[in-house]
Amino acid sequence: MTTLTDEVAAPAEDAAAAKAARGLAYYPGCSLHGTSPEFDESLRAVVEALGIPVAEIPDWNCCGASSGHTTDHLLGVALPARNLALAEAQGFDRVLAPCAACYNRLASARIAVAEEDGLAERMPEILGRPFANTVEVFNAVQLLHEYGPLIEEKVAASLAEPNPLHGVKLAAYYGCLLVRPPELSRDDDPEQPMQMDDIINACGADDVEWNMKVECCGGAFSVSRTKSVVRLGRSIVEDARRNGAEAIVVACPLCHSNLDLRQKAMTERGEQPLPILFITQVVGLALGLPAETLGLGRHFVATEPLIKDLVARAEVRVAEEKRLQAEAEAKAAARAAKRAEAEKAKAAEGGGDAAPAVPKAEATPADDAPEAGGDA
Amino acid sequence: MTSSTPHLATEIEAETGINPATCYQCGKCSAGCPMASESDLRPHQVMRLVMYGSRERALQDETIWLCLTCETCSARCPNGCDPARVIDALRELARESGQANMPRNIGAFHKAFLEQIRTNGRLHEMGLVMDYKLKTGDLMKDVTNAPGMFARGKLNLRADRIDGVNEIKRIFEQCGVTP
Repeated sequence: MTTLTDEVAAPAEDAAAAKAARGLAYYPGCSLHGTSPEFDESLRAVVEALGIPVAEIPDWNCCGASSGHTTDHLLGVALPARNLALAEAQGFDRVLAPCAACYNRLASARIAVAEEDGLAERMPEILGRPFANTVEVFNAVQLLHEYGPLIEEKVAASLAEPNPLHGVKLAAYYGCLLVRPPELSRDDDPEQPMQMDDIINACGADDVEWNMKVECCGGAFSVSRTKSVVRLGRSIVEDARRNGAEAIVVACPLCHSNLDLRQKAMTERGEQPLPILFITQVVGLALGLPAETLGLGRHFVATEPLIKDLVARAEVRVAEEKRLQAEAEAKAAARAAKRAEAEKAKAAEGGGDAAPAVPKAEATPADDAPEAGGDA
Repeated sequence: MTSSTPHLATEIEAETGINPATCYQCGKCSAGCPMASESDLRPHQVMRLVMYGSRERALQDETIWLCLTCETCSARCPNGCDPARVIDALRELARESGQANMPRNIGAFHKAFLEQIRTNGRLHEMGLVMDYKLKTGDLMKDVTNAPGMFARGKLNLRADRIDGVNEIKRIFEQCGVTP
């Protein structure tokens, strides 16, 4: 029996090692191939810089988004399940789905198949392919949070260039689908999530405390009921601004296009528009990756003024740090020189007399003390 | 109610596993609903109608189509009622019964979206918007955004069709959905 288990265990370990080497299956979803190529570009640049291997699932299909599950529950499960089956067939046990809507659909399908009566048995017939529901689903925030310590280390190590994100105030906006249903938010709090804030801090920036973190931006109604999206988006942007944010950070292409593309319609009083950055772009900037690999030029609310300002502030900060350091060094040098001069002067003045006089004077009270104590 | 029609609450429970009577009307779902200010009914009122078995009222109301499926209601329900899932099931029932009072634009969007997936396996956003415009007659919608999106590399002119498009057609058939 023992030999048998050993024989079985060895290839299993090999398989685990092979899986780790292969890394994550990558499910970009339609938006990252269409209206949000910068999320795809910046994600690929960041995972490469962090050394995380990812491989796109071949021939993936649309998850159905909200149109799928609002039309038919089973369709809303089966469409994303095909992608999980494809990843499974490739030998992956983790799928990275950066788009919050895709993440929600893929992860919800996994839960539905595991929990609903008879669904696991029916799935292979519906899909026309084997499906064992073994693949875990991750989003970009969960992945980057896992790599938080490495990001912090790399940001601290790249001191050749001043980190432009140091001290910038960023509002982490999760929206609805990254944290709902609550079982999808894993270790994070679904009402007051902090993982994106932690990543922002690991990048050297400061997270903003604000009220609209998990409010919905109107996502699905971007085209069909734009007035609702403008109403909801306006309250999000205004709250971020009121709390001192210099930009809003998102991890969802729908949130991004609603807040970025439609922000012009949300601002009525001529306020300065607030740039909307993907979390992967923020990490990329902190790691010192070139702006063009992060797709920062693809936004409607221009990011260039903010980035220029941040670079200028970083230069001022570094110059100020250098100035203070130089000043401190100069002061220390001046003090040392003064001391040396004084000693030299003393040595030149009295020669032998002055030097023994000091220890003698110091020694007198110390010698007297025990005697005084004895008298009392 | 005729004897052949089951109670709405029973039907919803059979479909979702949620017993609508467990909703004790605290209103927490409605307090957080982003569309509450634009809808006739609030989530807790929808739950009440289902419990009462007010079939017509629940299925014919526009509210169920104004739900963004953000799931705030379900996340905050202190008694695990999952109003978002109940509303999803109501939409299916409304569609089947032919009583759906879906705002034209929202219906056109879902239809155009699913047709895209069924044909290509993936969503071609420009194709979706064109189809949506034809379905609604709102031809000028977002026209001014198009050049900006194109310039920023956010609009693909050609659709991306997957090899396994027949598998997608099979899934639609198996689920009994024709967009």
